[in-house]
Amino acid sequence: MDEISTSLGLAASLIAGADAKLYGIVGLSLRVSLSATLIACIAGMPIGAWLAVGRFAGRRVLIVLFNGMMGLPPVAVGLLIYLMLSRAGPLGSWGLLFTPGAMVIAQAVLVAPIVAALTRQVIADAWSEYREQLRSLGASRPRAAATLLWDGRFSLLTAGLAGFGRAIAEVGAVMIVGGNIDGATRVMTTTIALETSKGDLPLALALGFVLIALVLGINAVAYLLRGWAARRWG
Amino acid sequence: MSEYLRLESLGLAERGHTIVREINLSFAARRTLILGPNGAGKSTLLRLIHGLLKPSVGSVRWTEPLRQAMVFQRPIMLRTTVFKNVLYGLKLVRVGDGERERRAHEALERVGLAHLHGRAARVLSGGEQQRVALARAWALEPQLLFLDEPTASLDPASSREVERIIGEFADAGTRILMTTHNLGQARRLADEVVFIDEGRAVEQSPAADFFRQPRDARAAAFIREELL
Repeated sequence: MDEISTSLGLAASLIAGADAKLYGIVGLSLRVSLSATLIACIAGMPIGAWLAVGRFAGRRVLIVLFNGMMGLPPVAVGLLIYLMLSRAGPLGSWGLLFTPGAMVIAQAVLVAPIVAALTRQVIADAWSEYREQLRSLGASRPRAAATLLWDGRFSLLTAGLAGFGRAIAEVGAVMIVGGNIDGATRVMTTTIALETSKGDLPLALALGFVLIALVLGINAVAYLLRGWAARRWG
Repeated sequence: MSEYLRLESLGLAERGHTIVREINLSFAARRTLILGPNGAGKSTLLRLIHGLLKPSVGSVRWTEPLRQAMVFQRPIMLRTTVFKNVLYGLKLVRVGDGERERRAHEALERVGLAHLHGRAARVLSGGEQQRVALARAWALEPQLLFLDEPTASLDPASSREVERIIGEFADAGTRILMTTHNLGQARRLADEVVFIDEGRAVEQSPAADFFRQPRDARAAAFIREELL
């Protein structure tokens, strides 16, 4: 009990005292996960929209596939990316293994199916509402998909945030491809795992609090933004 | 006026259920109103002609190819301003930037909504949204305007306004093909009436004749019931 309260006190002083190590780790986490989410959105949103609006063979199979890939185990994705990026792998020449770049790739792969599947749902609902009007106006399917992506921008924010939440909270993939190297590829989740196993609780606890606060805060902002958008734009 | 459209044995069946059957009609009037009870196939017929649905049999033959636009029962507004909703339709056809803006402004003035051009379209009232939809159609300068029960979910004041705008389209030379189940509205707007029942076109008459003495017994029954 005593140890926990001492740790809590130390954790609080780390956060309040703007500890350089702590904020370095938080900063890297944010950079990696935001980059991964951005890439996942750029790839996943058009794919999701096309799955919703397009007409092509194998569309249903792809929908099932993307829905299933929402639950990809991070360690498995990590291992796969590890093999691709390792010196002997097909992308070994990039020299990315154990760098933040590798972590961004792993998280983007993890998050893109989530963004695509959620986007497809949003766009499919809108498409059933807008379809006749857009066709009457002469919109081609790619054009309709682009229009619906823009029109659904506030709902799609939720898809992006779901992806970010997944990225910032996962341990397995970044651990494997990043290697958890102090000062280079150590992010919040991997640090928490390591420090806890070493018995060094204050840093783990402080990072845990920051992580939870970040996730809650971002979701709160998203909620407020959606409410505002609904009132402003309907 | 001369014939612009001919329907030849037009029919549509979906999952073994026939919605439109064996329709042979020729259209020439400025304002044709398609009348009939709910579920008769009026809206489906309109969609077949506009090309939103593919017929399972027969054909839609344009004797005179016309630039078209359609206004639906429930207006579909994008999450942007009124003005940009009107512009959107113009962006899909080849119209230069300046011309686009000029036409959009002019269209909003036509429907009496110029003062709302910067407002968010989806938070307007149903009647205002329908007028934006009419402005979007107006800006496209259609030669033929389809309207599917455009006032079915509107209050009387908004309905009158929509009818006024439809009249302006007709006065500007646009042909009107419109469904309604509102007899009073058909009487006010129609030059010609097509009566649809159970997927068949059972009568096509000049409006004056139709309302004085319909030739078809079902049309006569429909008029009697609506007047009760």
